[in-house]
Amino acid sequence: METAWVIPALPFAGFLINGLWGRRLPKKFVGWIACGAMGLAFLAASRLLWILLQETPTGRFWEPVYYTWIRAGDFQVDVSFLIDPLSMVMILVVTGVGFLIHVYSIGYMHEDPGYPRYFAYLNLFASAMLLLVMANNLLVMFVGWEGVGLCSYLLIGFWYEKQSASDAGKKAFIVNRIGDFGFLLGIFLTFWTFGSLNFREIFEAALVRFPTGDAVVVGITLLLFVGAMGKSAQIPLYVWLPDAMEGPTPVSALIHAATMVTAGVYMVARCSVLYALAPFSMGFVAMIGCTTAVFAASIGLVQNDIKRVLAYSTVSQLGYMFLGCGVGAFVAGIFHLMTHAFFKALLFLGAGSVIHALSGEQDIQRMGGLRSKLPVTFATFVMGSLAIAGIFPFAGFFSKDEILFETLMSGHWVLYGLALGGAGLTAFYMFRLVFLTFFGESRMDPHAAHHVHEAPRTMAVPLMILAALSLTGGWVQIPGIEGGRVFGAFLDPVFHEASQLLGHHGGATHPPLWLEGALMGVSVAVALAGIFLAYGWYMKDPQRPVRAAQKFARAYRWLFHKYYVDEFYQATVVNPLKQAAESTHQWVDRRFIDGAVDGTGSAFRSLSAVVRRIQTGLVHHYALSVLAGACVLLLFVLAL
Amino acid sequence: MELFLFVVFSLITLVSAAAVVWHPHPVKSALFLIVTFFAMGGLYLLMQAEFIALMQVLVYAGAVMVLFLFVIMLLNLKPRGEDRSAFRKRLRWAAPLILVFLGAALTAVTSPLAQLGPSAGQGVGWVESQGGNVRAVGRALFTHAFLPFEVTSVVLLVAVVGVIVLAKKERR
Amino acid sequence: MAVPVHYYLIVSALLFGIGVLGVLTRRNAIVIFMSIELMLNAGNLSFVAFSKALEGLDGQLFVFFVMVVAAAEVTVGLAIIVTLFRNWKTIFVDEVRLLKG
Repeated sequence: METAWVIPALPFAGFLINGLWGRRLPKKFVGWIACGAMGLAFLAASRLLWILLQETPTGRFWEPVYYTWIRAGDFQVDVSFLIDPLSMVMILVVTGVGFLIHVYSIGYMHEDPGYPRYFAYLNLFASAMLLLVMANNLLVMFVGWEGVGLCSYLLIGFWYEKQSASDAGKKAFIVNRIGDFGFLLGIFLTFWTFGSLNFREIFEAALVRFPTGDAVVVGITLLLFVGAMGKSAQIPLYVWLPDAMEGPTPVSALIHAATMVTAGVYMVARCSVLYALAPFSMGFVAMIGCTTAVFAASIGLVQNDIKRVLAYSTVSQLGYMFLGCGVGAFVAGIFHLMTHAFFKALLFLGAGSVIHALSGEQDIQRMGGLRSKLPVTFATFVMGSLAIAGIFPFAGFFSKDEILFETLMSGHWVLYGLALGGAGLTAFYMFRLVFLTFFGESRMDPHAAHHVHEAPRTMAVPLMILAALSLTGGWVQIPGIEGGRVFGAFLDPVFHEASQLLGHHGGATHPPLWLEGALMGVSVAVALAGIFLAYGWYMKDPQRPVRAAQKFARAYRWLFHKYYVDEFYQATVVNPLKQAAESTHQWVDRRFIDGAVDGTGSAFRSLSAVVRRIQTGLVHHYALSVLAGACVLLLFVLAL
Repeated sequence: MELFLFVVFSLITLVSAAAVVWHPHPVKSALFLIVTFFAMGGLYLLMQAEFIALMQVLVYAGAVMVLFLFVIMLLNLKPRGEDRSAFRKRLRWAAPLILVFLGAALTAVTSPLAQLGPSAGQGVGWVESQGGNVRAVGRALFTHAFLPFEVTSVVLLVAVVGVIVLAKKERR
Repeated sequence: MAVPVHYYLIVSALLFGIGVLGVLTRRNAIVIFMSIELMLNAGNLSFVAFSKALEGLDGQLFVFFVMVVAAAEVTVGLAIIVTLFRNWKTIFVDEVRLLKG
């Protein structure tokens, strides 16, 4: 248990080695170090899980303290970790999926000149994320929080020679800063209220001191959620994530699946007690999540860039996670986080494999018919798509269904309807992607078509493993069967207080099995309907989408331009800020600050023009002044 | 008798020192400087500092002055260009300050503060027991002042090296 | 009759004054150097005088070291003057204004 620190330390060591000496090490070695660090971290995490499982369910809570970071009066912040089922799940997801992405990257980034730099950043990313999920107080969490923000900037802008990539990196960083600002304010308010940043102490104090719905707790939770909005790409701060695909594809996989965007969901789940005390915040989280889920899914319907579609699907799925957390189903939210990590990593890596095969082509309108040429990629990608669409028995079915079910059970009819519609949209756009990419006539230019090749083994094996996980990952949480809810039983102690506050899962009020089954049927039916609709539109009658686009030209244009949100932000936020900065530059900087600096310089220059006359260069004058000094000294001594 | 000798030696010292400063010709200045050093040697003898008197004659009147004359000869200096009006102009500036300085110094020297009695040191009897001043100084140099004495050799070595570096013609 | 020690100190002070006068008024670098030697000797005279007054040998030892340093200084100083003359064709200090930025 005391050795938990090695889990984030290993990737960090990999970062140091590759970052400092990577350029001088042989390529093979760089990849081995990076993957080895992640692999070892995953093994350490597995061992930790084993130790954790030895404990009784309520005793699965450790806080190893390593170092007192800050101590001022009563205030103390330790560098210490919190190992409980929740962080354990996150650690396993981050290290496991992260490891597979690392292995995949060896093949994907093989030709890139920035190979060592890439792996150094990737390791740092994983390390920061691990620090984030393992922290036992908000401040250490914030370090990891900022760390993943930094790494996302570095990796999205990895191909910094490309203007769009470096712009996307900056966008990600700046939009995240906005969220981080809210998060930081939340931390300040927490400290101001509780005098501590340690999760356990905060929660214990909150349970004793505040009644449900207290304004202070609502304030804290809303501010923290602003941070989560930025990091987990929710409305209105989601705009950075679709642009984040400018980075290398495995980076997108890492950002979208294992690290970064899950941080917000994790943070909300971690602070479940606070959220449970603030029903207003819960409702807000649920609303934002649900709106984002449908909103992003609708944009995803018409995008033509394979990675952009996936990016919007991530935003949408994150919305589902927040919806789950918002209705009090934290277990469902985390469960969906985990399964989403599997299938989204799979989908992104599969997309990367397609892009790799087509020498960089990302437009699905110029793909098609790849099924026979990329059999492994095709098979795994379809499995990922089935999982995200929520088809039984794939992982996404169980997790998404649980969120929908819990939403309905908590009485949010409207949200349930919206989320169900979003699920249909998800199925539709995912299979639109599949049909356009892998089926039908080839629409590639002949040159690219000539080079199409299946992924190398380092890329194919992670795809297969992730496909297997996308299939089986949901089976740890099978509703309706006795002993089927393994995952839930594992996580329940963490959310015990929150559940009690919310009055959930009393056991006695468990909904009837037929209702659960019926709802499952409904969601599968909706997903299947989406798939068949996609089949009808893109397989049977490829001209139909074009006609539809012409018929509903205005709606299509709105969707295609992503509701003009970027343009809206540009006009209302970015441009006014730029103008303010420009005028500040002109007036304050140029006139005032530069004037003061230049004024100091010219004042001394004119002063020295006077003083320098003393320095004649004549030895006699200097000797004279020495003598004068000696006289003064002598007279002074005599006067004593 | 001693006072008489003191007055004679100090007059020679001061007058020839003034001539060093006054005389426009550097060679004659140097010759007057030799006279000054000899007279000072006499003053040292009056104070029973035989070793220092010998050193004065050997080092200053001998070695140092030879060096001076040698350099003057080397540079072939003539009394050219001693602008007397500029000299007097500088004198006008320097004289008041020097008078202030001398006034202060003489006041200090004649004040009771300077009336020192035998308080430190080994005493006259000890010097005699050592067999005279030269022996006594030599013994002191090689016993409790041994380290500085050795260090002087390093100082001289550094000076020699420095002079060679400076005087050597630059290679082009 | 014995000469009081402060007579020697008066002579030393006058000698020092003459040396200062030389440094301040002459423009020939070699003469300036000689004047500096005068000042050093004035200091030596004081040392010996004090040595006599205190009936110790330390003052005389000090004079010895001053002489050594003075000898070294003269050699280096004269070498500098020679170099100066070589480069500037003059040893008049008011014609060489190097000591300013």
